[in-house]
Amino acid sequence: MLKSIAALAAASSLLLAGLAHAEPLKVGMITTLSGGGAGLGIDVRDGFMLAVKQSGNSDITVVVEDDQRKPDIAVQLADKMIQSEKVDVLTGIIWSNLAMAVVPAAVAQGKFYLSPNAGPSALAGKGCHPNYFNVAWQNDNLAEGAGAYAKSAGYNNSFILAPNYPAGKDSLTGYKRTYGGGVAGEIYTKLGQTDYAAEIAQIRDSGADSVYFFLPGGMGISFMKQYAASGVNIPLVGPAFSFDQGILQAVGAAALGVKNSSQWSKDIDNETNKAFVASFQKEYGRLPSLYASQGFDTANLLLSAMGKADVKNADAFRDALRAADFNSTRGSFKFTSNHHPIQDIFVREVIKEGDVFTNKIVATALTGHGNHYIDQCKM
Amino acid sequence: MSLALFLEQVLNGLQFGIMLFVMAAGLTLVFGVMGLINLAHGSLYMVGAFACAGVATATGSFWLGLAASLVAAAIAGVIVEIVVIRRLYARDHLDQVLATFALILMFSEGTRYLFGSFPLYLDTPEILSGPVTFFGGFQYPSYRLAIIVVGFAVAAGLFWLISATRLGIRIRAGESDREMITALGVDIGKLYTVVFALGAALAGFAGALVGAIQSVQIGMGEPVLILAFVVIVIGGIGSIPGALVAAILVGLTDTLGRTLLPLAFGTFMDPSSATSTGSALASMLIYILMAVVLVFKPTGLFGAKT
Repeated sequence: MLKSIAALAAASSLLLAGLAHAEPLKVGMITTLSGGGAGLGIDVRDGFMLAVKQSGNSDITVVVEDDQRKPDIAVQLADKMIQSEKVDVLTGIIWSNLAMAVVPAAVAQGKFYLSPNAGPSALAGKGCHPNYFNVAWQNDNLAEGAGAYAKSAGYNNSFILAPNYPAGKDSLTGYKRTYGGGVAGEIYTKLGQTDYAAEIAQIRDSGADSVYFFLPGGMGISFMKQYAASGVNIPLVGPAFSFDQGILQAVGAAALGVKNSSQWSKDIDNETNKAFVASFQKEYGRLPSLYASQGFDTANLLLSAMGKADVKNADAFRDALRAADFNSTRGSFKFTSNHHPIQDIFVREVIKEGDVFTNKIVATALTGHGNHYIDQCKM
Repeated sequence: MSLALFLEQVLNGLQFGIMLFVMAAGLTLVFGVMGLINLAHGSLYMVGAFACAGVATATGSFWLGLAASLVAAAIAGVIVEIVVIRRLYARDHLDQVLATFALILMFSEGTRYLFGSFPLYLDTPEILSGPVTFFGGFQYPSYRLAIIVVGFAVAAGLFWLISATRLGIRIRAGESDREMITALGVDIGKLYTVVFALGAALAGFAGALVGAIQSVQIGMGEPVLILAFVVIVIGGIGSIPGALVAAILVGLTDTLGRTLLPLAFGTFMDPSSATSTGSALASMLIYILMAVVLVFKPTGLFGAKT
């Protein structure tokens, strides 16, 4: 009798597991596909879709919408996706201010949110949530990597600058947290500023031995070109956001030799990453950026969880996500207790390979690095 | 703060201002002569930068790119004037704002369609790539010096055009009395197209010059457009001398404010809050300047008295 009950239980659990595999899952991707920051969103989307395509999994459907980098539009899209599209999982947001507008409401409605990019400190600390997972980094991570590198390079008088908005302030705080040396000057620039002549003049005058700058996207392009033309030759250090594959070609030789910190690089030596770089290049005709790798890893995390649990069973699905049982482009992948990655932060140098400007790893700045906000997260 | 640093900042302010002038000159002419608010002026700036980057990459010559920027922006201007703008002169400002805003979106997505979503590469020409060293070891990027010279040359050319040529006389006449110059037999439609193309070419030229030291990307024109509007409001709508004075005023205020305000706050605050308050206030400074000017001169520094 007992035996047959056990057999029945085993059979039904198998059946349930079988059902779980067949259960469709709908993903809503809100990302930036138009305007100045479109390159980042396009890379995340392409990386994500590449992983979905490679999995051959026909139970997953992805709805992609463009947030135009505007918080109000991102909120409208999230409402539409949750209410009329009935998505189970949201993902895709690039910018921290948009994530802050969308994520808390979405997870409060019982949806899962997997962040392929933005990692504001608020969502890692006090505002953390069981349904929120960040697959990329906490915002401070790369700045902490840059600080650790500056310390190891013996810099002791850094000039630091970032745009005047929350992620900029997080970045300078993160740099100072691991760097520990003196600060020759600290400047907050206007968000979206394109001319840095005034700041470069101050750098020239400051007597600094190194410059740390966090100027993502077009701001970094402008800064580096103007810096190279100014004749100031104090070494630069920055997070990878000013050195991704999409940007480097526009900066050109002005970026050669600059050290930058990143959790990903195309020359990380593991099979998943090699296959990813090759297949991305084959599919889209360009080299992937770190954003593409983050999109790719996000999709693979989601696919791994789908294979284990039904998204309708939130607790089981959450456990499956937390297990992070997938092959990441960054090698082994684990979450901290506040659902952010534990990972190595590398130091890369900008080089020229044939006609293409790209990065190569020259050192490891931090090993098995988590984040600063774990203790503030109660969940 | 050392004298060399102050001098460098003044030059930076001048360079920023003179580029704003080249951008704003076309905007103020179009506004003054035709009474048209053209939000798509920033898109013409972008067209110039992309044309320059495209041609410079294809031919390897920055100078050909620069010429292409003038031509491409002027052609884009003529097409836009004939197809869209011409229908808007008689409409009210809200219709003009809506239509030209739509043009911004079309230009942005059209540029993306042609060039892709990633920023383009455009570098300064070899001959102007490094810094110039003055006496006393004071260094300044040669390209920025060249921009200052070219900007003032453009200003001088515009003054000559407006004050001493037949076209200039017609432009001024069109500004003060539209019906009368039509009655005198001037083809006002053709005049409008020429003025619009001139403004577009200047915007494209500014875009190409600035693109070489900044990022050539979609949406690059809109932040400059806002500043250009501030300039023409301070200078007085329709006035070229006003635009020049206002542009240099805005350039110097913005650049020196960004350096001096954090220093000033630093005398009585701790460094990190001084930099954040100082830079927050510095980014408001030109709007404060605009407000102050408008309180004392409601039509702008060189504006017509109403």
